[in-house]
Amino acid sequence: MTEMVYGALPVRDVEPILPKWWRTLDKWTMSCILMLFGIGLLLGLAASPPLAEKNGFDHFHYVLRQSVFGGAALIAMFTTSMMSPKLVRRLAVLGFLGAFLALLMLPFFGTDFGKGAVRWYSLGFASIQPSEFLKPGFVVVAAWLMAASQEINGPPGKLWSFMLTVTIALILVMQPDFGQACLILFAWGVMYFIAGAPMALLVAMMCLVIVGGMVAYNSSEHFARRIDGFLSTDVDPTTQLGYASNAIREGGFFGVGVGEGQVKWSLPDAHTDFIIAVAAEEYGLVLVLAIIVLYAIIVARSFLRLMRERDPFIRLAGTGLAAMFGVQAMINMGVAVRLLPAKGMTLPFVSYGGSSLIAGGIAVGMLLAFTRSRPQGEIGDILRGHYR
Amino acid sequence: MIRKPLRPLATIIKARATGQNPDAIEKENIRKRHEEMRDTSRVRAEGRLLVLGVAFLAAFSVIGIRMAGLAGSEAAEPRASASGARILAQRADIVDRQGRILATNLETFSLYAQPHHMIDKERVAKELVSIFPDLNEQRLLKDFTGKRKFLWVRKKLSPEQKQLVHDIGDPGLLFGPREMRLYPNGKLAAHILGGAGFGREGVNAAEVIGVAGVEKTFDEALRDPANGGKALTLSIDLTVQAAIERVLYGGMKLLNAKGAASVLMDVHTGEVLSLVSLPDFDPNDRPRPLVEGDAADSPLFNRALQGVYELGSTYKIFTAAQAMELGLVNANTVIDTKGPMKVGGHRIGEFQNKNYGKLSVTDIIVKSSNRGTGRMALEIGPKRQQEFLKTLGLFEPTPIEIVEASGGQPLLPAKWTDLSAVTVSYGHGLSSTPLHLASAYASLANGGLMVKPTILKRTSPQEGPRVLSERVAAESVTMLRKVVTEGTASFGEVPGYYVAGKTGTADKPKPTGGYYDDKVINTFASVFPAHDPKYVLVVTLDEPVETSGKKPRRTAGWTAVPVAAEIIERVAPLLGLRPQVEPVELTDITLASH
Repeated sequence: MTEMVYGALPVRDVEPILPKWWRTLDKWTMSCILMLFGIGLLLGLAASPPLAEKNGFDHFHYVLRQSVFGGAALIAMFTTSMMSPKLVRRLAVLGFLGAFLALLMLPFFGTDFGKGAVRWYSLGFASIQPSEFLKPGFVVVAAWLMAASQEINGPPGKLWSFMLTVTIALILVMQPDFGQACLILFAWGVMYFIAGAPMALLVAMMCLVIVGGMVAYNSSEHFARRIDGFLSTDVDPTTQLGYASNAIREGGFFGVGVGEGQVKWSLPDAHTDFIIAVAAEEYGLVLVLAIIVLYAIIVARSFLRLMRERDPFIRLAGTGLAAMFGVQAMINMGVAVRLLPAKGMTLPFVSYGGSSLIAGGIAVGMLLAFTRSRPQGEIGDILRGHYR
Repeated sequence: MIRKPLRPLATIIKARATGQNPDAIEKENIRKRHEEMRDTSRVRAEGRLLVLGVAFLAAFSVIGIRMAGLAGSEAAEPRASASGARILAQRADIVDRQGRILATNLETFSLYAQPHHMIDKERVAKELVSIFPDLNEQRLLKDFTGKRKFLWVRKKLSPEQKQLVHDIGDPGLLFGPREMRLYPNGKLAAHILGGAGFGREGVNAAEVIGVAGVEKTFDEALRDPANGGKALTLSIDLTVQAAIERVLYGGMKLLNAKGAASVLMDVHTGEVLSLVSLPDFDPNDRPRPLVEGDAADSPLFNRALQGVYELGSTYKIFTAAQAMELGLVNANTVIDTKGPMKVGGHRIGEFQNKNYGKLSVTDIIVKSSNRGTGRMALEIGPKRQQEFLKTLGLFEPTPIEIVEASGGQPLLPAKWTDLSAVTVSYGHGLSSTPLHLASAYASLANGGLMVKPTILKRTSPQEGPRVLSERVAAESVTMLRKVVTEGTASFGEVPGYYVAGKTGTADKPKPTGGYYDDKVINTFASVFPAHDPKYVLVVTLDEPVETSGKKPRRTAGWTAVPVAAEIIERVAPLLGLRPQVEPVELTDITLASH
């Protein structure tokens, strides 16, 4: 009666952003990410002082920078995760275009920091690695194209995305950055697989990758040297790999103790590519296994949630991001235990590195945005008797 | 597949009849199909995502397990010798025919420096020089202060040296385990063994590879892990080798020769029991090859199988044997050796311009008549002569399994004219190695079968192709025996061992052409015991002079023969030969030849 007299109370038909975000967010994944970030800071405290000392900075110079970048990365992550998938897609496509242009400009304006590969823009106070930012954008664009191809009368998106992938991979190989090129190819492969690739094609492609690897081995000295170092059974103890596997041995199950590690003094990349060796030496197998479990949870949780997803774009993009995230971690750790040849690949969210951190934050934010729970037509499923 | 039409006619007509918009029906149908498509694609993706998830978890588990495996394994000092032990005892030993060690391995350490870890570079350099006086302090200091991060200081250390270096106590000086090749007998059999050096080198180990001799020939077999470190057994007898080296060295010094070589060979098996070349070297510390001058002057040069010499009258027996084999002569055929004799415009002379007159074939050999063998060679003809010498293996390098043997390529006349045939018949114009001569004599001594010299132990005789009939071979040995009993090699008689043999004195060719007057190569090729030949001994002396008489004497009968006799006297008992003292045997032989 009251309503009839005074009219209905103004009911907001849209749920407030923050409560909705908190309700639909995959809290497991987010807590794992936050824990990884914390571990990263902790290891930064251990791994970077030798480098700071060498470069004449304050003891915790790199830790400070890491926390600043980390803060930025977390903000980026939270912001992105609050967006709707459509907004994420729009921004990601724009970001992808920007990063792609930056990648093309690298040979003219980039720098190699004396490491033999032009991958960075130097901004004075920091450096940017466009390929890090390219990766999440690329995944979204490829997923968009593939999803579009699944619509009725859609464009041939799979072919287009493949051509795009090959182009980017070639540009990366020319830098040379075989690690990122492999990662891009792998992410596309995973998405194509989920989008319903025919089995015969998958097998054929695997062969193609092997052949491509061989060609790269034969034509690039940089690449061949690394593979050789890996394949030789007798690892030279003075190489990075030798130091890394020795550090893992030294650490044993519970580590040599905080700050007692030696490997960070010998390895130039202890705070980035070989951070896991530092973790293993100082904190032992316990921490390493914890890190592995965290990554595994993030990937598994994301996949689990994406299995329910009805929207092909969200499913593909989410899968691509999660797979890329997991594989990058896997490659980094696989190198340290000599399962894989040495690759300059950071451990996402743990390794030191501004570009890697912020780009990682954006990527994980996107992943969180895609894995938020949404109505998936469950009622319809129940009505049709499909519900499980 | 029957597709449901998007605009089913029946529904459309009904809709039109009721005034509804038929496009709405199509839209609704499209929406439904889209929904269906999403459903099917989700079901498929669900399965694939599951596969992917399992794959990821599996990969993470592998990394985790690998980490645990690494963390659980024993930590190794990056510089220490974890992998070094694997390489130790890789190279097989070399032993003589009785199993006595000729070459084995010894664990040692090499010394290397990492200058960037060094604390007091000047002190280290100074102390190192006091331990190793052959190092140069300035140079060391320059290396230490330069940009290098790694340098070898010493390839092998003795335990005392290692302790002294250790006492310097600088962290920049480090030791790498090594396996080194040790030749416990020093210079003994040096030319046969050759030597070994380091191949690829790492901090923890280094390859030991053969650089010369049998070490190089059998390098792969010695290193092959499939052989399980089984020792390589040579045909050498260490005791015999030592005795011969001792006597030969004495003879060389006594006769002022600049070099000497000897080969002792089993005539049936072709095994080389001893092979000596003097001057020699210590394979534990191989001298560097000469960079200038004649390589043959280096102690590394193996005179017995690399040195090609005109071996002189020792060849005469081949001519006689071939002439008998062809039926042109027999041992008693008388040949006129009167001079002058001219072939192709050249005079063929005798030693000291003697003139022997008419001689039987046996006496031609006993007195060593150049014209006598020359006439036989003209009867045989150059072609048949070449063929025969070829079957004796005198045209090719010896097939013995010592890597240097391939360098012993005989020098042959460019064109084999009648003159060549005549000079070759008495051992000039054709150069070969002492080992060639030994294996050719072995064919005479074993009853006419070709034998290939070998350095590996054999248990059975070689059944080579027949080059001479048994009768001719036996008659040749009888002739050689007479050379010792009544001819030029009378100093070669060793009571009880019935030495047979032929001397050879050849003028050394000048590098500029022609021959020296006062430089000779003296050779004595002997076979013993004559009634049942078992061994061939060839002794060659380079530029010997016998000075006990009024005039210096340079014939083989005065130099190589007494040395060979001394060797046989010492070695025959070691070889297990009993001296035959019954005079019956001796008369038997003399009777047969009369």
